[in-house]
Amino acid sequence: MGFSRRAAVAVVGVAALLSATACSGSDDGGSDAKKVEVFTWWADGGEKAGLDGLVGQFTTDCAGQTFENGAVAGGAGANAKQVLASRLQTGAPPDTFQAHAGAELLDYINAGQIEDISADYEGWGLKTAFPAGLIENLTVDGKIYSVPANIHRANVLWSNKKVVTDAGITTAPASLAEFFTALDTLKAKGVAAPLAIGKDWTQLMLFETVLISNLGAEKFTGLWNGTTPWDGADVTKSIDDFKKLLTYTNTDRDALDWTDAEKMVMDGKAAYQLMGDWEAADLDTKGFKDYGYQPFPGNGTTFQWLADSFVLPKGAANVEGTKCWLKTVGSAAGQKAFNTKKGSIPARTDVTATDYPAYQQTAIADWKSSTQVPSCAHGSACSQGWQGAANSALGAFSTSQDGAALQKALAAAATQFAAKK
Amino acid sequence: MRRRLRHWGPGLLLISPSLVVLAVFVYGLIAWTIKVSMSDEHNARGSKGFVGFDNYVNLFTNDINDRFLHSLGNLGVFTLVFMVGTLLMGLLWAFLLERGVRAEGFFRTVYLFPMAVSFVASGVVWRWLMNPGKDANAGGLNAVFEGFGLGFLQNTWWTDPDWGMAAMALPAIWQLSGYVMALFLAGFRGIPAELREAAAVDGVSTFQLYRYVIFPQLTPVALSALIIIGHMSMKMFDLIMSVSGAQWLTEVPAVYVWQTLLTSDYAKSAAISVILLVLVAIVIVPYLIWTSRTEKRS
Repeated sequence: MGFSRRAAVAVVGVAALLSATACSGSDDGGSDAKKVEVFTWWADGGEKAGLDGLVGQFTTDCAGQTFENGAVAGGAGANAKQVLASRLQTGAPPDTFQAHAGAELLDYINAGQIEDISADYEGWGLKTAFPAGLIENLTVDGKIYSVPANIHRANVLWSNKKVVTDAGITTAPASLAEFFTALDTLKAKGVAAPLAIGKDWTQLMLFETVLISNLGAEKFTGLWNGTTPWDGADVTKSIDDFKKLLTYTNTDRDALDWTDAEKMVMDGKAAYQLMGDWEAADLDTKGFKDYGYQPFPGNGTTFQWLADSFVLPKGAANVEGTKCWLKTVGSAAGQKAFNTKKGSIPARTDVTATDYPAYQQTAIADWKSSTQVPSCAHGSACSQGWQGAANSALGAFSTSQDGAALQKALAAAATQFAAKK
Repeated sequence: MRRRLRHWGPGLLLISPSLVVLAVFVYGLIAWTIKVSMSDEHNARGSKGFVGFDNYVNLFTNDINDRFLHSLGNLGVFTLVFMVGTLLMGLLWAFLLERGVRAEGFFRTVYLFPMAVSFVASGVVWRWLMNPGKDANAGGLNAVFEGFGLGFLQNTWWTDPDWGMAAMALPAIWQLSGYVMALFLAGFRGIPAELREAAAVDGVSTFQLYRYVIFPQLTPVALSALIIIGHMSMKMFDLIMSVSGAQWLTEVPAVYVWQTLLTSDYAKSAAISVILLVLVAIVIVPYLIWTSRTEKRS
């Protein structure tokens, strides 16, 4: 008797647990052929507004197709990338997903997870609408895999106009030498740390712009595609210049994020900061008006770009719908709908600049006339692994100040990651 | 046979769901992690094959800037300061309470309370307290020192390249000293009053009482505290992420796992995870064996 009762309890318990786990196993896998699932990490703020604008245009352009929001919020895309990786590995890709254009796509391309859309580029007229430099940066072995929705510029030097004029600096520094002179002047006037900077990746951005100044656009791009060696004398000189630049920065840099460095400029504790052009929208939001901007001294007419783009994954359920989405993303109307809300500029050159705020108007003009180079800190020049190694190397350099070690680490990272095709 | 089955069968049936879940989600996934750690899955493209212990060897001999050894060094400093700090503070507080202060219950709660705060929440506050800016830019504790004319006490805290991890251990000590205190207090209370009485009859001094009677009885408690603090320290992630974020200066193996995982280097992150697991096991397993033996004996 005792056995049967205990056994009965046990059986019931096991059955209950098993059925509980079984229930959660079934998932709604119904895929409607007319739905386009767009996977992004644009869940709020200006990015969400931009996405909404794009969706509005998509609904007009692609009758019969419906937009399905597959946004995964959090971690500046880190969460979304993890979800995406598992979906791609299990062969259940979204109809299209957001990714940084350029080298960050290489992993997906080499894994055969996204489709070549070069033919559609011709059909949609994007080859002529985008600047040649961008097309060149996007092309991998003669093929193009993504449609950029927007363009941001990374090599912009922001300044507090009042601090700069108070120090008697009237002309914007146009070369690294002039920049050092300006920083010396500011230091002599009592600005202890005239150049504000934050932790590792912001230091990588600054280092990249120094490289552009010393190597020029072509050799700089070569650093990332293997045609320029990392152990050259020009890289050594850039490391020395970068080391000297760090002496003008705040010593607590490793404790700061880019917004903390931005605050130093707003408070007048620093005169300059190198940061991407999302800073314009941020300064406007924070109500700081007295800011100046210029390309980093010595970068000349080089436009270091980064872009969010959309792709066509292999095995997408609704290829026709995805292509219509991509066409909308690349179209003049789509780019306008997205970028006027997000605070970036369109990748197309045939746009009406007056639709945009003041900073963006100058960026649009530069975008047409400049040489395009990619950015490693933002994934257009190097793969994610390379980016992580570079950030770590710059972080180590920030405390050790060992230039030889930095060059060795960067060269090692290039060998390790560039070789992997 | 049937009788034996009757004896333990129902019990086994009852615990079988949790056994299955453990087998799959703990031990199965540990095995999976070990398998990944021996593959060459260094990016989102998937694995091409088995590479044996290459990933482990590379971590120690061929990591850029010796990043992994650096993270182990950071962990070493952190663990040492964390363990010594909590043990000393915990023992001191327990000793003071044991000597019979007024309102013991109140102080016990005060000391124990930081443990109720999550590392993420306290980390955000300590990030501000340990602001490395000095003098005009001072914030947090540095500003307090500056305000009281104690400017020489200003510190770069966790941004110091050599001893930054010692500063990083401060919030952890602050949070867990109370817990160690509770352990010691229980240890003190577990010592039978007869021992003290016997010592008093023998005419020992207070110092001798503690040195020869009380403290030797606390050894098992101290060992438990060491193990608990030690394994927490090795897995430390959330505190460091909220104080400094993931960066070279304060990188420990757990943070390195996260960094490599985010850059899709699955094999490397699995290898670091396995090393971390082994490190923790080296601490935990002898302790588990020791406790099960002492429990059997009693």
